[in-house]
Amino acid sequence: MDFTEYFTQVFNDYTLRTITLGTAILGAISGMLGSFAVLRKQSLLGDAISHASLPGIALAFLLTGIKSTDVLLAGALISGLIGTYWIRGIVKNTHLKSDTALGLILSVFFGAGILLLTFIQKMPDANQAGLDTYLFGQAATLVESDVWLMSLVTGVSLFLVMLFWKEFKLNLFDADFAHSLGFNTKFLDLLISSLIVIAIVLGLQTVGVILMSAMLLAPAAAARQWTHKLGAMVILSGIFGALSGIVGTAFSASGDNLSTGPVIVLVAACFVLLSFIFAPGRGLLFRELRYRKNRNDLEMNKTLAFMYNIAKGHENISHPHSVRILNNFRGYTRKSLKKLIDKEYIRVYNNMWSLTDKGFRQAVNMYNQSEDSYE
Amino acid sequence: MSNQKPAIAINDLTVAYDYKPVLWDIDLEIPEGVLMAIVGPNGAGKSTLIKSILQIVKPIAGSIEVFGKPYKRNQRMVAYVPQKGSVDWDFPTNALDVVMMGTYGKLGWIKRPGQKQKKAALEALEKVGMLEFKERQISQLSGGQQQRIFLARALVQNARIYLMDEPFQGVDATTEKAIVNLLKELRKAGKTVVVVHHDLQTVPEYFDWVTFLNVKKIATGPVKDIFNDDNLTKTYGINYKVAVSES
Repeated sequence: MDFTEYFTQVFNDYTLRTITLGTAILGAISGMLGSFAVLRKQSLLGDAISHASLPGIALAFLLTGIKSTDVLLAGALISGLIGTYWIRGIVKNTHLKSDTALGLILSVFFGAGILLLTFIQKMPDANQAGLDTYLFGQAATLVESDVWLMSLVTGVSLFLVMLFWKEFKLNLFDADFAHSLGFNTKFLDLLISSLIVIAIVLGLQTVGVILMSAMLLAPAAAARQWTHKLGAMVILSGIFGALSGIVGTAFSASGDNLSTGPVIVLVAACFVLLSFIFAPGRGLLFRELRYRKNRNDLEMNKTLAFMYNIAKGHENISHPHSVRILNNFRGYTRKSLKKLIDKEYIRVYNNMWSLTDKGFRQAVNMYNQSEDSYE
Repeated sequence: MSNQKPAIAINDLTVAYDYKPVLWDIDLEIPEGVLMAIVGPNGAGKSTLIKSILQIVKPIAGSIEVFGKPYKRNQRMVAYVPQKGSVDWDFPTNALDVVMMGTYGKLGWIKRPGQKQKKAALEALEKVGMLEFKERQISQLSGGQQQRIFLARALVQNARIYLMDEPFQGVDATTEKAIVNLLKELRKAGKTVVVVHHDLQTVPEYFDWVTFLNVKKIATGPVKDIFNDDNLTKTYGINYKVAVSES
């Protein structure tokens, strides 16, 4: 199926429409809540939680024998929450730092999860197949009721984020100050963490435990490049997430059985890459251009200062000097000479340069400014 | 003034991190209307003392009263200026927005700031000479400007007590002068101002009260009575005669 075929199908084909809607909503909710995780400097916590949910999925199946999404995700939620709780406990009660605690819980829980999965696979029961799709997710398993659940959770999260917007912002920026004003910062932390955990669990079916954290972080990291406002960042992050879902699903549906989860994550990574390069202000391209301009200006000014020091020894400031004299000066380049001519600071004639009145004034100004700044 | 309740009364306060005492059995009364410096070496518990008053740090023993009541009951009367380094200045927001946060306490949960709060924030920005930077992204402000933003945020709280954690840290001479003038104005308006301070040389010039702290309280009182070599030596553990007599 190629792209044009995909676009006609997405509006007509029920399954494709359901999957596209599901991944878009998932992208939006995880992108939005991911902004908070990134700004709380808890990017890795998302990774730990999603890995920690794997044993929950396996145990839920072992205990109930039911393979429905709701049951498995409930198991994932509980196990993810236990993981989070233990991470906090380790940080609070030992001398280990949070990165160590995260790494520890992540690998121990994930290891236990894999162990349980292999155990389940060896059981003499035909029903067990398919649990390992939770490793990398399988968007094709999304059905309408999943999309409804995602919409409901997204709606509730959106409502809570808007309701406590002021408090969340304050707590994110300066938790001590929030506390001194009398806000219950523990409640706010718990609320936002819970929302993030729920978003992660929702994404396990589609993107899988291994890659889910990218859905939280990538859209937020990309969005941060484009704006200096929290509100705009959260909205933009949601849009990037949703687009990643839609575009990723399109790619995966038009290719030959490309796994949807990884494709969505790669599309989100492309958003990050493009944002890092092209965003105005913070983008690499913009910074490189600004850096070059500054460096060129500096070289030009240094050359002008050198010329000024030669010229001021003469009665006539426009007394011509040989261009070769400049070769003794390390900051001199042909480019800066050309720039000086373009700006009419100097004239060059017969390989001789002379300072113009404008150039002389500019050089004097430059010196005055630098003296001011030392005062 | 002496028959009134003190602005802050601390009784037998002990705070410990990981079993290591940071503050040990502190008794301290801060009278209303003073401009007080808290001085002491690194690790003396100066910031912890401020954070204990604000209930950010939980003490293992002792009680703290603000105008005769627990902090929770009188928290609207207290404004706080945390250390500048305690927040991430790359946070996506601008100067005006940060100052507006000072109004959140009186607003309470859920209610959004409106025109009245914005006006108060703009006035505070003007007072600290930062009005022209109101739309500026906070990461693009200099250290001194960031400190002024924090002061403006405390000013909009319109409190009776101001607790400031090293407001002079990393600011240039111009900003330092501006901050000192602001502190003196606050005191003139009858406010109580408590400042964690590092530069001993400027204590007599900037403040009228001082508390010497090094895990235990060494001394507290008017600068002219107790700011002497004896207390400095007791607090810092080395002979301070030379440093002070030169100033």
